[in-house]
This record gives sequence, C-alpha cells and structure tokens, in this order.
Amino acid sequence: MADPMRIRAQAAGDKATVRVLMSHEMESGQRKDASGKLVPAWHISDVTASLNGKPVFSCEWGPAVSKNPFLQFNVKGAKAGDKVSVTWKDNKGDTRTDEATVS
Amino acid sequence: MPIKKLSFTAIAVGVMALSGAALAQEKTSIQAIEEYREMLQDGNPAELFEAKGEELWKKPRGPKNASLEKCDLGKGPGVVKGAFVELPRYFKDTGKVQDLESRLVTCMSTLQGIDPKEVVNGQWGRGERANTTALATWIGAQSKGMAFNLPQSNPQERTMYEVGKRLFFQRGGAHDFACASCHGEEGKRIRLQDLPLLTKAPGDGVGFAAWPAYRVSNGQMWSMQHRLNDCYRQQRFPEPDFASDVTVALGVYLGVNAKGNKSAVPTIKR
Repeated sequence: MADPMRIRAQAAGDKATVRVLMSHEMESGQRKDASGKLVPAWHISDVTASLNGKPVFSCEWGPAVSKNPFLQFNVKGAKAGDKVSVTWKDNKGDTRTDEATVS
Repeated sequence: MPIKKLSFTAIAVGVMALSGAALAQEKTSIQAIEEYREMLQDGNPAELFEAKGEELWKKPRGPKNASLEKCDLGKGPGVVKGAFVELPRYFKDTGKVQDLESRLVTCMSTLQGIDPKEVVNGQWGRGERANTTALATWIGAQSKGMAFNLPQSNPQERTMYEVGKRLFFQRGGAHDFACASCHGEEGKRIRLQDLPLLTKAPGDGVGFAAWPAYRVSNGQMWSMQHRLNDCYRQQRFPEPDFASDVTVALGVYLGVNAKGNKSAVPTIKR
C-alpha cells in the first residue's frame, strides 16, 4: 500500500493554489543494480485531480519525474471549504487517492 | 623604461578586471543555488518522513506491542516539543549521554522490545534504522524555530563536550583529515556547497540546526547520525558505529556550539 500524499489547497481571489507532495520511488528503468541487472521502471503514469468530484486536472507522467514528486497547480473558481481530491496511478497498477479541503 | 611601466599598469588593470568578473560570477551562482533551494523548500519531501515518524511514535509496535508515547526524550515521558534542541544530554536511567537517535533506540528497546541490533547493525534507509530516521525527523520538526540550548550541568555532558572537541580536531585517515579541515575556517565550500564553520555558533538553521534533512539528489532522508557517518566516510576514516560514543560526543560539541541558533529541521539539501 502506497504512503499518503500531503495536499494543501489555499484559496486566493477567484482561484485556489493546490500543492501536492507524493510519496513514490519513481524508478526510471534506466538504472542498473549491483549485479548489473536493469532495475525495472516503476513510476507514476497518470495523475488526476477533481474539485468537489468534478475533474479539473489530468496529466500523464513518465520516468523523468523525480522521486517523491511535488506538483503545484491553480484551480479557477475554487472557494474555501471545497474538496480537492488527487489520484495517482503507477505503471504497476498501484494507485492512491487523497483529499484535502480548500482553506 | 616608461613604456615598460605603462604595459605593467595595463596588465595590472586587466588582472583586476578579470578577478572582479570572477567574483561577480561566483556571487550569482551562489544566489542561483539559494533561489533553487528556496523553490525546493516549498514542498519539502521531508514532510512525508515527518508523517511516517508521527505514525511510528503513536502506533503500538514491536514484541511488546506498545507505542513510544511514554518515551522520555529528556523533558519527561512523552514530551516531544522542545526536546530536540536540548539533545544530546545525560539520561539517568541509562547513565549515559545520548543523542536523539541513541535515545530512540533505548526507547524502542525498553518500551517496544525491539532489538537495538536491528538499528545499530542495520543499513541506512532500511528497516528499523529508517524508522529511527523518520522518528527523528518528526521529533526534530516539533522544535522548529526554537533555539538550541544543550544542558552542560552534568559532569558527563561536559566530558563529552571535551571529547567531541578533540575528535573534531583529530587528524587521521588516508587523507590526514579532521572535521576541522573543512569546518574550522570561514568561507570554505565543497563544489557549490557552503561549509559552515562549526567551532562557534554558525547561525540559524545551519550545521547542527539543519539535520535531519532531505537530500534531493538521492531522494534520501538523512539524520544527524547519517550526516556524521558520511563526514567520516568522506575523510576516509573507518565509519563510526551507529549511535556510538564518538558520534554522540561530536553531537554534544556541535550542539553546545550552536547555542542560541534556531532549528530549521527538517531542511532540504541539494
């Protein structure tokens, strides 16, 4: 089971800034282990976010994204009290969803 | 003769202009690194380790199925806030001066029944040693912004300070290095990393007040024990045992020197 994300969402004016910290190894698939064997790629492949259940953000990630990635984006029209939910899915099929309230 | 003099002046001016340019270049690259660090500070993955540490503190674990909430870090059982900035210190129950991590090993052993060997003989970033690092990260974070004030009232604490001081200046290893070779002078650096002067208070959030820290380049959370171990490795000394008296004594020396400096733990490094 994947470790939880840290999500912070702060409203300012007519938008909210969402900051997400994800816990993931993000193995690129290019590295070799001590015995010279290739370490298989293991990284987040899809990230989606929704505001009060309505999708507002989606992206596809590859092996170039760092370990324990940090993501920041703005959502138009989000107000304090709204629920922001973020989901990631990795190339091994593991997934994690966390939710935060806009403050 | 006048011609010769003139050309000499021209060269001198040329040299001055060059060194001026180099100085400006250095400043901007250090500034750029500072900006990069600032950008990273927002969203420091150390938070993930803090969350893990908090859970490890509160969750019943080990053969005795107990939490660490009764662990005495020096300010009474279960008191976490402010404990970090007063460690290492003398503990009556063990009769020893202990740093945060060696104290955690004691608590994990007495309260939870976890064999200290699992941490001491373990590997960095694995198993119970990784758990100790996460715990140290969370405990350290509870004293963020507080000033270091290590106790020196016990004779053992003063002895450890003296031992730490001698270790700091002790040269040895294949490169004939001491801690003081890198940290005994103002303005030294390795590549673009500024090296703090550790024989006096180096400033808020610098040196002893900066670890545990998350290292972006390898994605690892490093505790003070890990930091000291790697300093010795870089000096080509034999690596000290985890939580050994050598590492605790150095911790006392650095911690007492950092008196009044505010903790910025957990920080983020390149």
